[in-house]
Amino acid sequence: MAILGLFQHDVKKHAVLASGLVAPDPARCVQCGICTYNCPVGIDVRAHAWRGEPVIHNHCLTCGECVMRCPRGSLRFEKTDLFAKRKP
Amino acid sequence: MKYAIVGSGVSGIATIEAIRSVDRSGEVVMIGDDPHGFYSRPGLAYYLTGELHDKALYPRTSDEYRQMNFRYVKGRVKGVLREARVLELENQTSIAYDRLLIATGAQALPLEAPGANLEGVFKLDHMEDAKRILKHARRGKMAVVVGGGITALELVEGLLARGMNVHYLLRGDRYWSGVLDEHESKIVEARLQVEGVTLHHHAEVIEVMGKKNRVIGARLLDGRTLTCDMVAYAIGIRPRLELAIQAGLAVDRGILVNEFMQTNDPHIFAAGDVAQVYDPAVGRSILDSLWGPARQQGYAAGLNMAGKTTAYIKAPPFNVTRLAGLTTTIIGAVGGGHDKDLIGIARGDSETWRSLPDALVAQSGFDVNHLRLMVGEQRLLGAVVMGDQTLSYPLQKIVSERIDISSIREKLLAADARIGDVVVEFWAGLRN
Ligand SMILES: Cc1cc2nc3c(=O)[nH]c(=O)nc-3n(C[C@H](O)[C@H](O)[C@H](O)COP(=O)(O)OP(=O)(O)OC[C@H]3O[C@@H](n4cnc5c(N)ncnc54)[C@H](O)[C@@H]3O)c2cc1C
Ligand code: SF4
Ligand code: SF4
Repeated sequence: MAILGLFQHDVKKHAVLASGLVAPDPARCVQCGICTYNCPVGIDVRAHAWRGEPVIHNHCLTCGECVMRCPRGSLRFEKTDLFAKRKP
Repeated sequence: MKYAIVGSGVSGIATIEAIRSVDRSGEVVMIGDDPHGFYSRPGLAYYLTGELHDKALYPRTSDEYRQMNFRYVKGRVKGVLREARVLELENQTSIAYDRLLIATGAQALPLEAPGANLEGVFKLDHMEDAKRILKHARRGKMAVVVGGGITALELVEGLLARGMNVHYLLRGDRYWSGVLDEHESKIVEARLQVEGVTLHHHAEVIEVMGKKNRVIGARLLDGRTLTCDMVAYAIGIRPRLELAIQAGLAVDRGILVNEFMQTNDPHIFAAGDVAQVYDPAVGRSILDSLWGPARQQGYAAGLNMAGKTTAYIKAPPFNVTRLAGLTTTIIGAVGGGHDKDLIGIARGDSETWRSLPDALVAQSGFDVNHLRLMVGEQRLLGAVVMGDQTLSYPLQKIVSERIDISSIREKLLAADARIGDVVVEFWAGLRN
């Protein structure tokens, strides 16, 4: 449908995932924990969402599991800030 | 300074965080009567469906609590002695305070029907309720769900996911008529039917039938009976006002507070589901039952309690939820209809949504991707986004930041307007 048309960047999606980081919107988050529960490398995404901080973490695979599963649309991929510090 | 917080929900936790951002050394005590302490109440729905383990619902570790530096007392507060500034607990102990926060939340309205206290009749307020439901749910057995709003559907879906057959009873002629329009209600109902739910309109349980204290059926107003093994209900909630009433605080539907979250006693504050907050923008006091506002109100209360005067600015309430598996965002004022299935408001609900704005409606979309906008003179006053959520974030910003939409108003209201595209283009323009 029309709304989707403008937003289907399937081709670009992969590039965004590879260079993006997970950014939360705390106002949408209800702390359910589905993101943390499903993160394959055990990052506490929920804690980031509470603080409104992007997931800057060396272990993050940018696999998108948390973004996809969040039932509240609280998580998005944002382009990486190259100068952002990564936690070991 | 001695701070006491009654209630271990999200608003109480946010209050402690705010106090600690100002006052590192004051004494903070939290008293809560939920044996499970702080957990995600909205997350209970995902625990019911099996998407989550119950242990995943607790956002904080004991280490994190230690860092917040407060004392936790398990118990129920039964009285406030305002003159002496002392709390009385049910276990006969007392706690002195200089600043008190009442964040006692809300609880489900009881089902008023003979048989409602049988084993096998459930509500969904707390972790304990969810655990009881799961213990009782059996594959292949029959459940009757009554009520409206989000929680009723969460019950329906949780029980379906556990393999039960579900009858969903609506008193009115459609689902959540106070917030959704007719088309939206029908989308949800059609999806429920596809999932195998048996819907009954204009149906009301007048008696829960039992045998040896177990549920065996439900008798309906029209004379029919449905055989079932459990009844679950969500017919609305009521702020837990007992304490405020006992203390002689000013209450209406909730505890009345000003924009600093202060009650008529300057030493006592209230926040979250129990608070009815004055909104200067509309000149009225409003009840919400939403996680986000509960957190924000708690935070504002905490700052004010610690002496940092800060007004709580009420943003247009919104919720992102799943209705029959369809992600749905509700923003601002969208409703106005009368809902026979709910008394007052429900969980994950806001009184604001029910106010019918002075607006024109623009609508587009098909059954799985549906969009409705409430178009005011210069602003968007509300929106419902079902299915594809691409527009949910832009619309949340456009509504809450009161962005002037005069330039696209006509386009939105034109016949056969592709309102989704209009909003997308407008948003792209704003971002540049
Ligand atoms: C099933 C369900 C689904 C929900 N879905 C959504 C949703 O989709 N979106 C959304 O935004 N919100 C949703 N909510 C609502 C959201 O969870 C609440 O708005 C939020 O939890 C309110 O927080 P609170 O701190 O005000 O109160 P609560 O979380 O209710 O906490 C109050 C606490 O006070 C305790 N207490 C009460 N009286 C006393 C006393 N006298 N002494 C000691 N302790 C006391 C209670 O035991 C309770 O633990 C849902 C809630 C439920 C239950
Ligand atoms: S899944 Fe979404 S709503 Fe749930 S805790 Fe994570 S970010 Fe918050
Ligand atoms: S993108 Fe994947 S690895 Fe990174 S935080 Fe989310 S779930 Fe974990």
